[in-house]
Amino acid sequence: MKNWMKIGIGVWIAAVVAIGLAMPIGYIPGLGAKARIIFFHVPMSWLAVLAFFMSMWYGIAYLRKKDMTLDIKSATAAELGFIFSILATITGSIWAKFNWGSFWNWDPRETSIFVLLLIYGAYFSLRSALEIEERRATLSAVYSIVAFVTVPFFVFIMPRMMTGLHPGEGSPAPIVNASGKMYMDANMRYVFYASLLGFSFLYVWLFQLRSKIGILSYNNHTEIE
Amino acid sequence: MTAERAILNGMRGAVAIFSKDLYSELRTRYALNSLLMFVVVTLSIILFSTAGETVSPSLSAGILWIIIFFAAMSGLSRSFVSEEERGTSMTLQLWVTPSSVLVGKLLFNSLLIYILNVMIILAYMLTMPSFVVKTPLIFFTTILIGTFGLSAASTFIAAIISKANSKGTLYPVLSFPILLPLLMSVIDATRLSVDGAAFGEAIGDFKIMFSYCVVVTTVAIVLFDFVWRD
Repeated sequence: MKNWMKIGIGVWIAAVVAIGLAMPIGYIPGLGAKARIIFFHVPMSWLAVLAFFMSMWYGIAYLRKKDMTLDIKSATAAELGFIFSILATITGSIWAKFNWGSFWNWDPRETSIFVLLLIYGAYFSLRSALEIEERRATLSAVYSIVAFVTVPFFVFIMPRMMTGLHPGEGSPAPIVNASGKMYMDANMRYVFYASLLGFSFLYVWLFQLRSKIGILSYNNHTEIE
Repeated sequence: MTAERAILNGMRGAVAIFSKDLYSELRTRYALNSLLMFVVVTLSIILFSTAGETVSPSLSAGILWIIIFFAAMSGLSRSFVSEEERGTSMTLQLWVTPSSVLVGKLLFNSLLIYILNVMIILAYMLTMPSFVVKTPLIFFTTILIGTFGLSAASTFIAAIISKANSKGTLYPVLSFPILLPLLMSVIDATRLSVDGAAFGEAIGDFKIMFSYCVVVTTVAIVLFDFVWRD
């Protein structure tokens, strides 16, 4: 990644944070200024899921090509996804305290991020329990694929079967409703998309850095042997 | 070799694996005996801790699945772990195709856990007075589909952990997130059957359970080659 891009990401995210906190967002029933969390919390949850998908994607690529760098990339994606799902959980939990009255309510989306955290935890425990590198790469790739096919049950099926608390689920749907239509005013929508884009680029940058470190230390360690 | 012959051979291999496991189990009765003791122990802990309390029917539905889940977790990993420990997995790799091994083990594990579940449910109904099934049709369908899903997912995870260190601890850790969609729908359906709901109300849960079984079994068969020929 070029230097101007790194600076660009920094400036972009700083601008998104400043605008997201300062700009007038109009009146939103039931949420008010608390709706500003959408600029930070939703991109993090989005990255948590995206990283999970990327981890599975590199896992499949590893199973096809048996190239260790692909396994390192798969593990890197999982590490970043873990960080972002922790961030999404914490931000959401703090927000829930002020909006719903308690830190944790087992709303369907809270359940799904909880399961995502469990899957990441299980993935890392599996990796640490396998010593032979090829075996670790193969089995963790297989596990991430199996985990990925069961996650749609949480993300897509359950929130539609149970009534949740998240804005957009249940009768008053101030921002996003079940059919996926958004009721944000135009300015808010632009900032939201800008934030999504900025955080996605941040993810790409982090991913490149981490996987470069991983591949270098892997090469170093195989040369010594 | 034509496709039909290949399928026929695969089925023969699966049946051979299944009967091998069945014979070795019947010779020692190790798995069934220890699992029954496990159920007795778990059930008595629950009975001691709820003594004097009235457990609500919907809570009792959840407790039933806790027993079933942990019984499965303590018993089903043996199918693959014992092959690794006795060093017999190489022999199996020589003689039968990977999918035959998976299907054979899956059949044996399913049989084991169906027998176990019948025992658990009988013991549970006798000892837990608040657990009264009011809609038997929902309950039987839940047990039928849910147990198969449980056995499919845990058989495949067993194949993964049999290659790892610290197998015993890892097994429930890896299985739980995979099994959770199934567990939530079976617990919900069991609760409906205890509450005396009409059969139609549980259709949504059955759809989830059924699609879960299809998805997990398919993925297991596709990916088993990588786990087994490692």
